[in-house]
Amino acid sequence: MSEIVLEARDISRSFMISQGFMRAKRPLHAVNGVNLKLHRGEVLALVGESGCGKTTLAKMLLGLLPPSAGSLELDGKPLASLSHLEVARIVQPIFQDPYSSLNPRKSIGSIITLPLQVQGDKDPASWRQRAEEIMELVGLPRRVYNNFPSQLSGGQRQRVAIARALINRPRVVICDEPTSALDVSVQSQILNLLQDLRQELGLTYLMISHNLAVVEHMATRIAVMYLGRIVEEGEAEAVYNSPRHPYTEALLGSVLTPDPSLGVPDTHLGAAYPNPLDMPSGCSFHPRCAKMMPQCAQQAPRPIPTESGHVECSLYKENEAKMRMTS
Amino acid sequence: MSDKILEVQDLTIDIPTPSGTLHAVQKVSIHVDRGETLCIVGESGCGKSLTSLAIMDLLPRKATRTATRLEIAGESVFDIGERRMSDIRGNRMSMIFQEPMTSLNPAYTIGDQLSEALRRHKKVSRGEARDRAVFLLEKVGITAAASRLGQYPHQLSGGLRQRVMIAMALMCGPDLIIADEPTTALDVTIQAQILHLLAELQREFNMGLILITHDLGVVARIADRVAVMYAGQIVETGTAEQIFKAPAHPYTRGLLACIPIPGQTERGAHLGAIPGIVPSLVGRMPGCHFASRCPEVRDSCNSAPIPQFQGAEPGRSVRCLLADEAAVRQPAQEGAA
Repeated sequence: MSEIVLEARDISRSFMISQGFMRAKRPLHAVNGVNLKLHRGEVLALVGESGCGKTTLAKMLLGLLPPSAGSLELDGKPLASLSHLEVARIVQPIFQDPYSSLNPRKSIGSIITLPLQVQGDKDPASWRQRAEEIMELVGLPRRVYNNFPSQLSGGQRQRVAIARALINRPRVVICDEPTSALDVSVQSQILNLLQDLRQELGLTYLMISHNLAVVEHMATRIAVMYLGRIVEEGEAEAVYNSPRHPYTEALLGSVLTPDPSLGVPDTHLGAAYPNPLDMPSGCSFHPRCAKMMPQCAQQAPRPIPTESGHVECSLYKENEAKMRMTS
Repeated sequence: MSDKILEVQDLTIDIPTPSGTLHAVQKVSIHVDRGETLCIVGESGCGKSLTSLAIMDLLPRKATRTATRLEIAGESVFDIGERRMSDIRGNRMSMIFQEPMTSLNPAYTIGDQLSEALRRHKKVSRGEARDRAVFLLEKVGITAAASRLGQYPHQLSGGLRQRVMIAMALMCGPDLIIADEPTTALDVTIQAQILHLLAELQREFNMGLILITHDLGVVARIADRVAVMYAGQIVETGTAEQIFKAPAHPYTRGLLACIPIPGQTERGAHLGAIPGIVPSLVGRMPGCHFASRCPEVRDSCNSAPIPQFQGAEPGRSVRCLLADEAAVRQPAQEGAA
């Protein structure tokens, strides 16, 4: 069994949301009891619709937001006991939009070397050389060292963001929609780069994405999130080939593969994503579920282990989950 | 003949910049029939959005538009006055934009904005406009439509807002809808629903639809015909079947290789890539625009403008010298270059 680099145990995060002047605040449970293990070298994809809590979860894993309940362990040590700098040495983010995640007034060189400066690196003389090494690794020409972000294309900017994340050789990289702001031909270049870097540097990725075709291509494990909970988790192959949760099925069904002989799929999901302030009773997915049963509205499903992960759905019983799989 | 909703010939858009004229769109010719979906696909900066804005006459003031023909339902709308154009815009043809949050007015209710679209063009009473709004909101799948009329855009989710945008585009019963990346800002599940809805409404009202997108998955599923744009030019046209099953232009082939296809692309394997970047469109380019990135480039590609070669089947064309040698023959009569 490979080593666990990042583990979340039953973490939750709620925000107090104002309901307006003179009205009581109400809690919004953005993340609600999530268990997650990230093994060394794997690519865990976190998928779900906007508002399901993916980004809040990522922020907690990056140590940017303390969980309101539960515990996080990084490299076997509780995250709460580590300083920001220690966390930043192990986990680094790559954000979605390379147009807004780079400071427009800093040169590429100073953007890439900033993490070294922040970490109080002892040897400033070597910074330029190390920056150029990492630039070569991510496929940036050395001559852009003194350029500014506005002079680079979107793909190049995302390479700068990757270089910045990797210069301190972190172990885990959290990619929040790394390619969704990019053009198709550039997207494939960045995905190829991320794959190469993973092998070369032994990186572990947590990839947040709503592009399921990309997820399917990159991920070794998939976690499907719905309204703050992970409703299904397992090996990529198993989740793709035989999704068990009706929500996973609907998500996979809405992937538009470029096949002109197929029409637009009908997902049978109702229009509205529920208001997270006013969660449905029982299973939070039941108002949109095609396989809803009477008890779903009353009883929240418990996680049922599957052969490579778990699923949270009342369709499955303790020992039955594996059997359904094969049928 | 009356089936042709839109006919554009040799549309050219030039934008003056400090460093010279930017040839954003160069001799683009498209047409849309009633009940037909044309997808214009391409990457950012290829001129696909400018093309649609030019058809709607919504270009920025400093951009110049020329064309040999620009007809909507048989009526030439080229260089007619602004007043006549605004009668047509929103009435005969309407547009759905990418970002429903910024294209709805936050200070007016949904009902006001829907009615305005109709009352601006047709002589109808408030009550009639309201009835039509409720009817269309229901059509686009919004429940409790009557109670939504009093709501403001911020009270709706992204998917609902996009549905409102679609309802608004339908208010006057247009002949043509231009949808510019209508689902890019939405979740995959909502994307499927919105596309489903657009296709259904288009059939029901027998409209022409131009869908502008960079997502080849969307194109494959919804298009009747496809026009692939690159650097201001249409490089390939054909039916969805032809484009996806037998892409003829190296750029189209490159694009298709870039996207992972679940079940077909080997997991974790390298994806195809198109090296290099889109050329600057400032100044004249002598040869093929794709030459600098093309894996099959030859000397002749850079010397002279590449004509649009017509294929054997009607509507099939490719702007590539290699394709000329292969299956398709005969340069186009218009000599589009």
